[in-house]
Amino acid sequence: MKKIIAAGIFGLSLATSGLAYAEPVKIGVITTLSGGGAGLGVDMRDAFALAMKQSGNKDVELVIEDDAQKPEIAVQLAEKMIQSDKVDLLTGIIWSNLAMAVVPNAVAQDVIYLSPNAGPSALAGAKCSPNYFNVAYQNDNFHEAMGQYANKDYKKTFILAPNYPAGKDSLTGFKRYYKGELAGETYTQVGQTDYAAEIAQIRDSGADSVFFFLPGGMGISFMKQYAQSGVNIPVMGPGFSFDQDILPAVGDAALGVKNSASWSKDLDNEANKAFVEAFQAEYKRLPSVYAAQSWDTANLILSALGKASVKDKDAFRAALKAADFKSVRGDFTFNTNNHPVQNIYVREVVKEGDVLTNKIVATAFEKHGDAYAEQCKM
Amino acid sequence: MTNASLMTRETIVNVLLALLLLAIPLGASAMGEPFYITLATRIAVLALAAVGLNIALGLGGLVSFGHAAFFGLGGYAAGVLATHAFDGVPLFAGIPGTDSMPIIWLVTVVVCGLLALPIGAISLRTTGVYFIMITLAFAQMIYYFAISWPAYGGEDGLSIYVRSAFPGANAAQPLPFFLICYAVLMTALGLFWLLRGSRFGAALQAARQNATRLSAVGIAPFNIRLVAFAVSAMVTGVAGALFADLNKFVSPSMMSWHMSGELIVLIILGGKGRLFGPVAGAMLYVLFEFALGGITERWQFFLGLILLGVVLFARGGLLGLLAGKARHG
Amino acid sequence: MSIALLIEQILNGLQLGVMLFLMAAGLTLIFGVMGLINLAHGSLYMVGAFACAAVAAATGSFWIGLVASLVAAAAAGAIMEVTVIRRLYDRDHLDQVLATFALILIFSEGTRWLFGSFPLYLDIPPLLQGAVPLPGGGQYQLYRLAIIGVGIVVAVGLYFLISRTRLGMRIRAGESDREMIAALGVDIRTLYTVVFALGAALAGLAGALVGALQSVQVGMGEPALILAFVVIVIGGIGSIKGALFGAILVGVVDTMGRFLLPKALALMIPAAQAGPIGAALASMLIYIVMALILAFRPSGLFAAQS
Repeated sequence: MKKIIAAGIFGLSLATSGLAYAEPVKIGVITTLSGGGAGLGVDMRDAFALAMKQSGNKDVELVIEDDAQKPEIAVQLAEKMIQSDKVDLLTGIIWSNLAMAVVPNAVAQDVIYLSPNAGPSALAGAKCSPNYFNVAYQNDNFHEAMGQYANKDYKKTFILAPNYPAGKDSLTGFKRYYKGELAGETYTQVGQTDYAAEIAQIRDSGADSVFFFLPGGMGISFMKQYAQSGVNIPVMGPGFSFDQDILPAVGDAALGVKNSASWSKDLDNEANKAFVEAFQAEYKRLPSVYAAQSWDTANLILSALGKASVKDKDAFRAALKAADFKSVRGDFTFNTNNHPVQNIYVREVVKEGDVLTNKIVATAFEKHGDAYAEQCKM
Repeated sequence: MTNASLMTRETIVNVLLALLLLAIPLGASAMGEPFYITLATRIAVLALAAVGLNIALGLGGLVSFGHAAFFGLGGYAAGVLATHAFDGVPLFAGIPGTDSMPIIWLVTVVVCGLLALPIGAISLRTTGVYFIMITLAFAQMIYYFAISWPAYGGEDGLSIYVRSAFPGANAAQPLPFFLICYAVLMTALGLFWLLRGSRFGAALQAARQNATRLSAVGIAPFNIRLVAFAVSAMVTGVAGALFADLNKFVSPSMMSWHMSGELIVLIILGGKGRLFGPVAGAMLYVLFEFALGGITERWQFFLGLILLGVVLFARGGLLGLLAGKARHG
Repeated sequence: MSIALLIEQILNGLQLGVMLFLMAAGLTLIFGVMGLINLAHGSLYMVGAFACAAVAAATGSFWIGLVASLVAAAAAGAIMEVTVIRRLYDRDHLDQVLATFALILIFSEGTRWLFGSFPLYLDIPPLLQGAVPLPGGGQYQLYRLAIIGVGIVVAVGLYFLISRTRLGMRIRAGESDREMIAALGVDIRTLYTVVFALGAALAGLAGALVGALQSVQVGMGEPALILAFVVIVIGGIGSIKGALFGAILVGVVDTMGRFLLPKALALMIPAAQAGPIGAALASMLIYIVMALILAFRPSGLFAAQS
């Protein structure tokens, strides 16, 4: 999909006014807008477009296209946006494997990429780049936070994740901070829909808690089946499986579950209140963490555009790195590897009226970076 | 109309298609629009993959629903060798990686051939729908293996930081790389043409039409088909290696059953069993994908409608429309 | 590992198999009678799940949703047959694969158009919540037992339909000689539409039943479709008995593989590697089983006579 928003009608007259942001800026947004994972991409796009609209900046032009959650299509779109649309910045990718397909080649062509979601460890460590800014999290972060929090109440946790790199990173992240014993460690099939076999093992394992990372439909299936199975060992996981995009589909099964994220609807700061209100007013639904990260990405770009010209790469990179914007996550700075240093919270799923949502119950980490920053030389 | 004049017409269409595919990137290069070179390269590489499948499917009537496995294997051959060369780490037993395209293609051909022989030998025991499904099963096995094998990125895939090199050409530039792909495509089309006209091709087509009669004259259809299957896999594998170099990236999604389906789509869209069917199909498919994706978020819906329309109302595909009915059914 | 756990896992495998049978029965019936490969069968499964979820949300009753899923899937199937599938019977498998591949794209995006991008909610009905005790001290979920029950009812029902009713007689006749039964004055076009709608309704039923356990989302039909194909190919295409046997084999092998392979490997190699490698092998296992069976029985275990 290609949608040009806020095309610079006054571009010519403003270009002479001398303001740095007055020159037209083109941002390429590659995200997932079709298929099973479209919900995340739609939230990402909607928040991004809304932030741009609210800023009133008439010089930003968005080129938005659907990657259908396929790496090859994402690569092709990136090439098109760089070579044909001549975008100044790229952003929008939701999934780690698509980011790994697009980012290394885009940044090698001196295009700045800002990640609104997904932070594979390779891009945080050895393969980091001055042109790559992660405005979301490093993939391990939420899992580390849950491991840290689990130490408080649990001694024997059963952990499971899909059998692919992000799944292994997840369990590694959890174990990095978790000090108790493991009741079991299971890798499930990618795209698996039936978890009866795993749930039976959990019941049998004598665990006092369960940690799982199963993004998208896998998590919905697991949570429903877990709740139905009558096993009442407490469950926890990263916020992905308990966020606003999928909570309605999980239903009351999710009530009371502790999950970790860098953002929550009830975070008490001005920027967040304004964001939640604006998003709800515009789209008649609650924002998800993907929307929040995307909103921050847009505002980070806008803040940098106010300071430097996007054509002056060095100045613009410095302006981005300063992270001089009002984050909906409160304090937000960039680490040496251009990944966030931020608080990671533990949230609990609650019901407000008829609506399932999250509230913050603890702070697992304050000003938390990531484990790969040392490996990044730039 | 006689057969001869039909042939002439098809030949003219073929030449025009070949020239068109060459003209797009040359024009784009002249106008400073490198992206259209990339798009044309994508067409050439997908066409090459489909030419490979067309050997099994078009000539031999072997509907393989698992050719994405070979496409992906070729991709991984390129990715793995290039990564080892880039990192300077030997592959195993001191054998170094390489970033030389000809060597990568050679490795691809050998690997795909070695794998296609046992897969083909088992699959060819079955016929019809069973053959379609058993090839799918083998592709799924390899797909799941690639997803869960951590050494080369698993589901995250493998980035190729520097495109592999070709002696005497600067393959890092879009236009020379397109020309390499184009040349390989033309070579494969030549191979297809030679095969079709050869005694081997005649036996293969005879096996499709009447296997019993072929056995009666003392030729074992199994052996003929097995060789065709392996050659088909090799060509598709080379396309995969080029695809990886084009995207500078390879991942298990190259092996998904969707990809197998798309390769079949390319052939039918263009006209199955015809020399230039895959080329016409790839042109049309990439055009649809690109143009529709630019118009609407729901492009897959309309892509589906168009494909459906082609199967139902334009039998014989694009070449059927342009060049009349094929010589044989 | 306790006996209770083992029994529970076997039941889990059985239940997965029954669910696959519901998908596969329609697929194999359609192939047997009309000789058609229908890749869009998974889309009908998705239609069933979405219809059930939407109607259950609107009315508050899972059971009305279940009826709606049967109606919606059968209707979608009948429309599909009349507008598209009918033109494909005389074509080769290649055209059928392409046309039904196109239908998947249309159905997936069409569903997203209608229902939006976010997954829907569907829970098991209150009547079937809870668990029943198992011998050996374990317990098993009532709803999953009910699915096994539905599978048995459907299998028996199909058996009676095909062997004892007039419609079944025509189906059998249509399988063996299409021209002959047309010559005898049976309206073959209507027969085909009915069979296709029946197969679609079974897929819709499976979608609705599974929708209460899983995520109701676009694309949910594809993994189920691939597994259903594995099932009917193992069983012998066109054979309902084969589909039942194949489904239970695949269900049990898949479940036990996921359960036992990592444990078995842990006895030989370090546990840290055994988990991922065992899981990788488990995900390949059913395809390996399928290849083995076809290598020795190229037409599946219960190939139809034709």
